[in-house]
Amino acid sequence: MTRARIAGRFDLDRAIYDALVEHARSDFPFEVCGLLAGEAGQVVKHWRIPNDARSMTFYNMEPRAMLEVMRQIDEQRWELLGIYHSHTHTEAFPSPTDLELAFYPEAVYLIVSLQDPDRPVVRAFNIVDGEITERTLFVDGEQAPVGSR
Amino acid sequence: MPIEVRVPTIMRKHTGGAQKITGRGATVRELVDDIEARHGGLRDALVDEDGRLHRFVNVYVNDEDVRFLGGLEAPLDDGDTVSILPAVAGGG
Repeated sequence: MTRARIAGRFDLDRAIYDALVEHARSDFPFEVCGLLAGEAGQVVKHWRIPNDARSMTFYNMEPRAMLEVMRQIDEQRWELLGIYHSHTHTEAFPSPTDLELAFYPEAVYLIVSLQDPDRPVVRAFNIVDGEITERTLFVDGEQAPVGSR
Repeated sequence: MPIEVRVPTIMRKHTGGAQKITGRGATVRELVDDIEARHGGLRDALVDEDGRLHRFVNVYVNDEDVRFLGGLEAPLDDGDTVSILPAVAGGG
């Protein structure tokens, strides 16, 4: 398992965590993606965004769907808290492409790995100026499994 | 009436932190030139060295992606809102 310096935590409730994993499974072996928003650091809503690339190794959020959700987030006076995508064949750690295309320093990047389909792993990262730090992910207050590889 | 431009967090270093700026232009390209004059660095953030919109930057006129409106030649009217959103992309 690849590690980065731990800096802070990120909290999800079980329903949203399960929904991200379910979304990842729903289009396996293709990567899926979506957004999370809320207030005061608390995630209240998540959106599935179509992956324009529909690829096993790449995702690119469909631009109009993404704008529509960003507008909703603004209108609700929420903040963009998280960006998630799945890795269907690799671990839940930012790939070189994830690092290169991390244009949202204000968001937490969540990666759902289905490398071991029976044991999905979700990990959370900040990617700022090319530096990756990890947030310990808690689900309903309990630390989420990080997997062995 | 000027055109409102919504600037994403990662580009606000060019706008003194402002989320919304205004500019003028009959096309997106003219608008980019106009805002570059006051917010140096924005043009390079949006346009590549061949003069095309960067692949991983989305620019919208009102609700439409400019790639469907002629790219940087997309026409603008007074009162339009132009939104800039970096792509959300990656993968591994």
